[in-house]
Formats: sequence, C-alpha cells, structure tokens
Amino acid sequence: MAETHSLQDMRQQAAVAAKVFLQRDYTNGTVCQFQTKFPSELETRIEKQQFEETLRMLNNLYAEAEKLGSQSYIEGCLACLTAYTVFLCMETHYEKVLKKVAKYIQEQNDKIYAPRGLLLTDPIERGLRVIEVTIFEDRSLTR
Amino acid sequence: MKNCEYQQIDPRTLPTPTPTPTPTPHHGPDGDRPEEPRGRPRRKWHVFPGKNRFYCDGRIMVARQSGVLPLTLGLILVTSGLFFIFDCPFLVKHLTSCIPVIGGFLFVFVVITLLQTSFTDPGILPRATPDEASDIEKQIDNTGNTSYRPPPRTKEVVINQQVVKLKYCFTCKMFRPPRTSHCSLCDNCVERFDHHCPWVGNCVGKRNYRFFYTFIVSLSFLTAFIFGCVTTHLALRAQGGKGLVSLTRPLTAVELVICFFSVWSILGLSGFHTYLVASNLTTNEDIKGSWSGKSGEDVTNPYSQRNIFVNCCSVLCGPMPPSLIDRRGFLPADESVQTAAADIELPTLATKSEINVCTQGTKGLLESATLPPLLSTSCPQGKPPTDPTGNFDPSPEISTSCGGARHTHHSRGRASTPRHSKTRSKKSKRAALQIANPSFDVPVSPTSPDAGPSSTARGHEGASFSHLH
Repeated sequence: MAETHSLQDMRQQAAVAAKVFLQRDYTNGTVCQFQTKFPSELETRIEKQQFEETLRMLNNLYAEAEKLGSQSYIEGCLACLTAYTVFLCMETHYEKVLKKVAKYIQEQNDKIYAPRGLLLTDPIERGLRVIEVTIFEDRSLTR
Repeated sequence: MKNCEYQQIDPRTLPTPTPTPTPTPHHGPDGDRPEEPRGRPRRKWHVFPGKNRFYCDGRIMVARQSGVLPLTLGLILVTSGLFFIFDCPFLVKHLTSCIPVIGGFLFVFVVITLLQTSFTDPGILPRATPDEASDIEKQIDNTGNTSYRPPPRTKEVVINQQVVKLKYCFTCKMFRPPRTSHCSLCDNCVERFDHHCPWVGNCVGKRNYRFFYTFIVSLSFLTAFIFGCVTTHLALRAQGGKGLVSLTRPLTAVELVICFFSVWSILGLSGFHTYLVASNLTTNEDIKGSWSGKSGEDVTNPYSQRNIFVNCCSVLCGPMPPSLIDRRGFLPADESVQTAAADIELPTLATKSEINVCTQGTKGLLESATLPPLLSTSCPQGKPPTDPTGNFDPSPEISTSCGGARHTHHSRGRASTPRHSKTRSKKSKRAALQIANPSFDVPVSPTSPDAGPSSTARGHEGASFSHLH
C-alpha cells in the first residue's frame, strides 16, 4: 500500500512476470553500449522517455569508462613502467566508473522502477552483455 | 566483484535438481575446490563452469593445463641464474657494474609480466543465465526463415560500415560479441581472443594482452642482453689468452645455445605482435584473414583507428577492463545447491561427446610421426549443444567442424610424442606461420616460439580427456 516500495518487500510479495533483455549495441565497435530501443513489454509500465533517459545515462557512463583520453594513457604508461603492479594496489578508472554505475542503477531502481514493479539489474552482474529488466506481477502494487 | 543487492528471484526457469552434495567431475588432483559443508556460503569460483583452476581462494586463476609454463619459468630462471653466477662477476671486473643491474631489472620485469599473463583473467565472458539463453532461443526461433534446418546461428551487425557476423556459442548460450572467441582448452568465451598460449598456460585476451606483449618484448631484451654479455665474456676470455680451461665454460656455452635460439624466435614473435598492435588485429583475425580481403571483398578492419600511434595506445595503454567473472563473490545459499547439481549435468554430457571424438587422439599419441601442428582441440566446441530446451540440434556448421576435427585430431595426436626430442632449436617462423583451418573458431598459437610443445600440450589434452572417462 505504500507509495514507495522497498526492494525487499517487492521480492517477498511479487512474483516475476517476465524478463526483458536489452542487448549490446555494436555499431561503434566493441565499446560498451546498450541498445536504446524501447521494449514493447514495458509500454504499460513506464514512460518511454524516462526509460530512454536511464539508458542514455548508462551508455554515457560506460563511454566515460572506456574513453581513450590523457588520463587513461597516463594510467596505462605508469602501469607499464611498474610492470603493471600498480593494478594490484590501485583502483582503475574503469572500476571507479562501475561504482558510479552501480550507484546510479540503485538510485533509479529506488526512485523510479521499484514503484512501477520493475527492477533493473546492473549489467556487470551479467558480464556487461545485457541489461536485464525484471517485470513483477502487478497484484501487490497500488497505482 | 560488487556486492549486488539485486539478487534475481528466479525459481521458474532453473531446474529443480535433487540437492545431492556430489562433487563435480572437475574435482581432480587440485584440491582447490573442497567440498564445503552445505551450510557455509561458497564463492563463485567453486562453481565456475570453465576449465580453469583457482588458487588463493579465487584470487589467482590459470587454465586447466598449465601447458609448458613450468618449462618457460624454468628456462628463464636457469638461464638468468647461470648468467648472474658465472658471467656477471667476470664482466663486472672487466667491464662495468651496470651489467647485473640492467640484467636484474630485466629479469624481474620478465618474471612479473609472465606471472601476470598467466594468472590474470584474460577477459572471460560469463555464460548466459538460463533466462537469457531462453530469450535468445526465442528470438532465433522467431526469425525462422531458412531453407535448411536448423537455422544458422549467426547474427549480422554493422560496425563502422563493415558487416560483421556474430556466431552463437553453444556452450555459453549466447551470441558472441565481436572479436570474442571460444577457447576449447579453457572452455570459455574470451573477449578479444588472441590465442591460447601454452607457454604461459593461459589464454591471451583483452585483459592480459598488454601483459603478454610486455612479457615478450622484455624477454627479447633479456635474451638479447644475456646473449650479448655471454658472447662478450667468451670473447674477452679468449682474448685474454688465459686459455679456456675454466669450469664455467660449459655452462656459459649452455647459456649461449639457449639464448641464441631464443633470441630469434622471441624477436620474431615480438615483431609479429608489434605489427598486430599497430594494426589493432588479433592473432585469431590475422590467421583467419578476417580483414585482409582475401575473398575479394572490400573489407577493412573496423576496429582500427587508421593511425599506428593511436592503435598502439588504445591496445596497450587503454583503460584496463574489469574482470567480468566475479570469482570471489559469494553464491546465494539457494543458488549454490542448484548450480552444484547443474554443474554435474553439463560436464557429463560434455565428456561423453569428447569420448567419441577424442579417443583417436590417445591412439595417435603412441605413434611417433612428426606432423606440423594443425589445430588446437576444437572437438569440445563441436560437441552437441546442451541447451535447456532439450533440443539436440547442432547446426550444420558445427557438425562439419566436428567431423573435420575428428580427422585432424587423429593426425595431430601423432605429433605430440616426440616432445623430448624437440629442443627449442626446432622452432621456426615457418611453423609460426602455419595457418589453422579457418573454419574453426579456436585458433592455435602458431606464433608461439615452439610449435612442438604447443601441439604436445594439445595432444596431451586429448589424452587427458580420455583418461577422465
């Protein structure tokens, strides 16, 4: 009955109705980008614009992680000079961005997707292959 | 890697197996997958489906066969040891004391990069979850068009105005991303797959290619340096007119021989990989001629930035991608039971098909003919897919490759016996340029310095399969 649903409540009450998988978009090569095509199964649950905004933000974050810029070159050269032992002690730029992604997805889930009976899975849990959107059954939600 | 709060509830699609705490068939001589009492949470590496071994509670991973990694390490340690013990004192006295310093630095660099190449996750793609796999199956069935059955499991994408075919991996149950290939030795799909290198006992892929490249470049410097120092040592001794009765002479000669043969092959390999880096190619693509336009079409490498410097930077100094397999994460309590049982299913099916295909290899091992290496073991890749729907429907592409593999595996097995007679002198760039059958996805490591041991490693692998059953 609550307006905001915690994920624990949702898990306990709702059953999974369907899962939608958003595949990778390889038109720009092997960089991590996801297709932004709005899946038809979600039409009744969420606005297209909102969803596409989430996806766009995710794609931007991944692009930032894989960007070839001066920072990554410096990191790479420094690592090479130390026989890559810095990777054992330092967190790489990519990992920092992945933390940002995780935080963003959690935030989106809490604010936008959980109230609509949806759940976004962090792509890193699926090997950066797909974004899995779990659609829960609608019976326990009051909208 | 990350503690995920969003555990998927997913009881429908997973089979409900009987929760028997039977150890998996992979539980071989390595005691690194102990049978945990069911109450304790297990880490994900315990149920990793590929053929890898894990040490230090999942921090270190290597391929199942260590290949000739001990030999590589041994040769480097022995040669460098002999150098420091017998040549350095003389050279420090007669030349300069920088020599052991430079030698020491190179040696440390080589060993560290070698260990990193061997122990790092090369970029393994985790297998598709059952939900994902059934979603992909549904999509494939929907497109259903073709004149023959089953439908070809390929998907075309356009990358930088170039059409690239993505193949479906029956083992991992997904369409492989571009530049990804399935290594049959490790039974994993590896991103930006270069080759499986028996010298380092691991695949070389997206995550450890820079370590591998640094290793071979620094090793060529080291061998050239030692070779130069040893030659100088011998020359100075001969010049000194003291006679060559010293005890250190035979050992120095050993170093000389090892270094002489290593220098050429390692330098050649470094040169080859420098070319690959500069054109942003992988060994796999180079062998198959994916972008060389052999078939007359106008194909170019869609991943190349058309600038040598940018290519080098992006391959060697690009951002370090994270490991996609969460080795040290904990399994949720309910999943650990299910995956353990599911694990038992898959290897049994896999090993059965391997019996059919690979027993020839065991017989072949007993013969002593030497044949040029042909392929790595692609047999396991050709095994019938074990998809959850129960369809046992390999595509024609896969079945022809499996048939082809049978013949080549048999003949290849014969090449493996004379391992001990082959020395490092037998390696040649000729062998390095032998091209694997392009219809297979799994490349050999033809650019590895010694073709003999690499085929040996694969031949031994054939034997080990049959020993498992």
